[in-house]
Parts: sequence; C-alpha cells; structure tokens
Amino acid sequence: MKDFNYHSAKDSKEASQLASSSSAFLAGGMTTIPSMKLGLATYQDLIDIKNIKKLSGIKVSGKSVTIGAATKHVEVSNSKDVKKAIPSLSSLAEGIGDPQVRNRGTIGGSIANNDPSADYPSACIALNATIHTNERKIEAAKFFKGMFETALKKGELIEAIEFQIPEKSSYQKHPNPASRYAIVGVYVAKYKGDVNVAVTGAKSCVYNDKEMSKALSGNFSSSSINGMDLDSSEMNTDMHASAEFRASLVVTQAKKAVDAC
Amino acid sequence: MGKISLEVNGRKVEKEAPDNTLLSTFLREYLQLTGTHIGCDTSQCGACVVHVDGNSLKSCTALAADVNGSKVTTIEGLETNGKMHPMQEAFKKLHGLQCGFCTPGMVMSAVDLLQKNKKPSDTEIRDWLEGNICRCTGYQNIVAAVKEAATKI
Repeated sequence: MKDFNYHSAKDSKEASQLASSSSAFLAGGMTTIPSMKLGLATYQDLIDIKNIKKLSGIKVSGKSVTIGAATKHVEVSNSKDVKKAIPSLSSLAEGIGDPQVRNRGTIGGSIANNDPSADYPSACIALNATIHTNERKIEAAKFFKGMFETALKKGELIEAIEFQIPEKSSYQKHPNPASRYAIVGVYVAKYKGDVNVAVTGAKSCVYNDKEMSKALSGNFSSSSINGMDLDSSEMNTDMHASAEFRASLVVTQAKKAVDAC
Repeated sequence: MGKISLEVNGRKVEKEAPDNTLLSTFLREYLQLTGTHIGCDTSQCGACVVHVDGNSLKSCTALAADVNGSKVTTIEGLETNGKMHPMQEAFKKLHGLQCGFCTPGMVMSAVDLLQKNKKPSDTEIRDWLEGNICRCTGYQNIVAAVKEAATKI
C-alpha cells in the first residue's frame, strides 16, 4: 500500500477543510483499505472521521429512524430501537459480511462507496431515505448516480441517514456464499398507497423497480408479481450469475420479501 | 510517520511507524508477535483476527494509526501463567486444527463469540465463524471445540 498522511478529524468542519482532490474520508475502512492495498485507489491523505462524536448514534422519532454516518453495522443490528421501528433494517445490518466486518464497517461508508452489490443503498431507496450531509439534504432517489458514484461533492461528508418508517418491509438477499455481498438483494417497503421495490446487485447501481412497485401498489401480494418477466438487458453477468438468472432472482427475492412482510 | 501507542496483551507499547502501517504489520514486524497470521490479506480469511477494545476485527484491514490508544489482545495474550486458554485447550483436545494456519484467527474469533453469547448453538457458532476460513478441518471439529470451550468458560 502506497504511503499517505493519516489525519483524525475532530469535527465535520475540520474533516471537510482537510479534504482535497487526492484525499478520502476513512470510516470503517472495510472497502477503502482493501482497495488501497490492491492498488485500485491511492490517496495522499486519509481523513479519519470515526472520532467525530456527532456522526455516531441512532435516533428514532415517530416517523423516522436517523442513523449517524459513522454508526457501525453491529450497532444497527443490535439496536432495540431499530429492531422495533424497522426490523428489516436491523436484519439487513446483521447480514452484512461477517462479525469482524460488522464491528468496523459503517452505514455512511457503505452508502458513500455505493458498491453495486452493497446492502444499505437498497434500504435507502426502499425506505425513502434522506441523506444529510454537512452541506445539504439529498433524497436517496437522487443520491445514487451509478456504479460507485454518488451525488456527493469533494469534501462533502455524510453526517446521517434518515429512514422513513414503513407500514411493512422486508429485505431478502441471495448472497454470494463467500463474501456475503448480494448477488441480488430486494428491499420491499410498503407505505400508505405506495410500495417501493429497491433492487441491489442486479445492475450497475441500486434502483427502484417501477414495474413491480406498480403491481404491488395495486395489490400487495406476491401473486401480483409472480412470473413477471423483467428486462435483463441492463443486468450484470459475472462468474456468479448470468443476467437472465439475476432477472429471475429479482422476482424470486421480491416475492419472498412480500411474503415475509 | 506517527507515534503508535497501544496496550498489547496488557503491555504498553509505543513505536514510530509510517501512516500506512496495518495493525497486522505493526503486531508482526514491530512487536514480533507473529501468532497473528496474514493469509489472504483481503479481509476474507480471518487468520489475522485480534481483539481491539474487546471486539474482534481483522487486523490486516485496520491501520495501526486508526486504533491508536486502544487495548489489543492477540493469540499470544490468551494464556495465563503458561496455561492455555480453555478455547486453545478445546481446539487441541478435539482436533480443531490440522495445519494450524487459520487457528489463531479462529480462536480469537471464537473467544469473542463466547464473550457475547455464552451458550451458542451450532448454527450461531457457524454464523459467527463466517469470516474465518479453514481449508483443512471441514469445520466440524472447530464447531465441536467452541461448544466444548463454552462449557469451560
């Protein structure tokens, strides 16, 4: 790994002041460090944001659950408040990687990285999340721009993610057996008069499947999407699954999610 | 370059190290604690698991600078007065290892499990050891060893 300067920021202001075109924020480091070790990314400066107190913690209000960006997966999965308000979010966190990854990895890091197979981006889309940064609030639907791309500008730091509590929800993933990343993951959330079906792992970026959302908004039953033939032309093909298999998996996982709601 | 101060296995240590020094490198090359193994180096295999402030993590995917000021326990820190930890005893008794390469990480991970769940079921043990890969044993004896240790701790 090439050398860099390590900084530990005291607050968001200091973190964004230290940021430059050759820096990265360091949270759990579960992607940043392996990427740097493999030479896929190099930075002159790493700005550690874990010690910024304001960025950790979970708050539940009547309508929403707000999770600080540096909150670890283990904290989300163990939180009684999250389990009560949005149980599917708690079980999503419990299914990320392995215990050692969950002890370090953070929700903000996962979202900022926007891996096409990551779990949390689907939760943001399904649960109508708002991403709070040190500069503005961004709706999840406008946040995830493409493979590893987000609406974040250089030096902009995610501070918290605010999820809207749904009537019912479930996240079902078909994981890669080695990495636990989603080959396909589907997060279904039902709100009054509206259903979101967020899909991760299938395409280059998380998305809300309009066809299934529409069908489920009309009739919230797995029978309404049974046998749906999704367009696989934009879906990923790799050694783990073909695009056609992924298209079929999306429907299977969505049905499982609806049945589990 | 910066000063890294840690408490490792109850002993205070302080060394200058470049900022890109991984915790695994710091333990092995600066402190000569070579019980912590580096296997895949991509945070998949778990041979490098140590405890930092009471929780297990993969030391090949943490910067030493990042855990500055923490209490670290490695496999070398488990014994007391020359006596093996009950988890180590159980791995030995039940043949929870063959080549032994993954063992330090397996043991550290399993000890962390019992800190959090005193009587884990087979499924809970297997789920917990998700991030530790063994290519010899087929895992059966590892699970048996963790269960045995749970009766002794």
